[in-house]
Amino acid sequence: MEYGIFTVGDVTTDPTTGRTQTEHERIKSTVAIAVKAEEIGLDVFATGEHHNPPFAAPANPPVLLAHIAAKTERIKLSTSTTLITTNDPVRIAEDYAYLQHLADGRMDLMLGRGNTGPVYPWFGKDIREGIPLAIENYALLHRLWREENVDWQGKFRTPLQGFTSTPRPLDGSPPFVWHGSIRSPEIAEQAAYYGDGFFSNHIFWPAEHTARMIALYRARFEHYGHGTADDAIVGLGGQVYLARNSQDAVKEFRPYFDNAPVYGHGPSLEEFTAQTPLTVGSPAEVVEKTLGFKEYAGNYNRQLFLVDHAGLPLDAVLKQLDLLGEVVAELRSHETPSPDVELVETPAPEGSAS
Amino acid sequence: MTHQIVVVTAGLSDPSSTRLLADLLAGAAGTALPEAEVTVIELRPLAHALTDHLLTGFATGELAEALAKVAAADGLIVVSPVFSASYSGLFKTFFDVLETGALDGTPVLIAATAGTARHSLVLEHALRPLFSYLHAVVVPTGVFAATDDFAGDALRRRVDRAAAELAALVAARPRTAKPDQFDRDLAAMGDFESLLNG
Repeated sequence: MEYGIFTVGDVTTDPTTGRTQTEHERIKSTVAIAVKAEEIGLDVFATGEHHNPPFAAPANPPVLLAHIAAKTERIKLSTSTTLITTNDPVRIAEDYAYLQHLADGRMDLMLGRGNTGPVYPWFGKDIREGIPLAIENYALLHRLWREENVDWQGKFRTPLQGFTSTPRPLDGSPPFVWHGSIRSPEIAEQAAYYGDGFFSNHIFWPAEHTARMIALYRARFEHYGHGTADDAIVGLGGQVYLARNSQDAVKEFRPYFDNAPVYGHGPSLEEFTAQTPLTVGSPAEVVEKTLGFKEYAGNYNRQLFLVDHAGLPLDAVLKQLDLLGEVVAELRSHETPSPDVELVETPAPEGSAS
Repeated sequence: MTHQIVVVTAGLSDPSSTRLLADLLAGAAGTALPEAEVTVIELRPLAHALTDHLLTGFATGELAEALAKVAAADGLIVVSPVFSASYSGLFKTFFDVLETGALDGTPVLIAATAGTARHSLVLEHALRPLFSYLHAVVVPTGVFAATDDFAGDALRRRVDRAAAELAALVAARPRTAKPDQFDRDLAAMGDFESLLNG
């Protein structure tokens, strides 16, 4: 089981001070947060890819991740998500393989289709082809990391003849891939077909929704012969705000919650925490709620928390991370060893986790 | 299995002429379909949850139950007051957040209330197109009631006629399990090899 944080790099006005970080501050803060994540013993740091305000996440995540790789020693670097629809799969193959070398293998990536329709035309793509682009582009990416001379023809880009993407994956082992989706069964099916990981970012959604997608992925993973449904490689999102005691957490986070871009001005913090995986409280409360995810997701492999959005200043995020370190240490003590854990944490042959 | 008739009423006051019309229609539907179970859903108590749904993208609690009942209904009766020459915002919001496909083929009786008969065509220019868009089967007779109409018995005759039309459509409709959005997405997906081949 891996624990980590994921960020979307939003530049949001702090509702308690009216201050908005500059893009420069947000970018440097993201690096500080990643370095801190390693210090407190997290396994994974993942960054979003964005091309529009109010986000200062990298347009090409390997730029940020290579920088963090140079400043860290142990933490695994990932994405949340890399756009498989609008990026040329040849560029993904090459950029991420290069990152894999720089990071000595401490990386993987999560593929997604993007957070906003307009991103498609910015890269010359047609939004109506979202799913077909995700399917075709990944089929090519999968081959580029596994075959040296690729002959290929598809609908969405020029054909390739005898093409070799460079550099080749480190030690011939393609980067591990997660497929992220909230509500498209095609993406769960795609993850199952290849024996890749499936990530459900269920932070803004009720659990029953997530449970069905994961059940589908597990069943199809077994169907395609990658192992039993229990072996399927599942990741979940989560969102926390921590303080030493529950009342302080609620008091401190409420103005951020009430004005947050995604759910602000809607349900109360109390309602939203009851309805979704958001936890605002003490380390013990976060441990309890997080352990509850297994009740519908099964024994899963990666838990990523969102801790740095809605305008929270850097010092508040770093303070959170100290407490999150305690949470994760406690969560680890609840784990029972299982084959799943080995699958994810040991370098493994292609089609499996590395 | 008994037929489930669900009445959705968007009246805001108490007493409400919209609720009054909804009750007349519910009673007439119950008479026309004696085996049916008739449930009335008032939207006013769901107003906060509906706004939350617009902002968060998901339903909770009683709203989730109400949406599920409407999606599972064998026949629907919908009643809105006329606000600014159309259905009310609350009424529209409920159908805005209903899952795509939830009303595919569902017989729907449309009805509206207003202070004056000058709004009577609201059924034809607002409600009927909305439910046609949602792929519901709208019964031919809609029921509009201005305040005056509650005084005469012509309203009662229209109510009975519309309820009889709804009953005929409900009785004629084959009973099949209703898939939800996830089931429909899954059924539309096909196998991965065909996805791969575009």
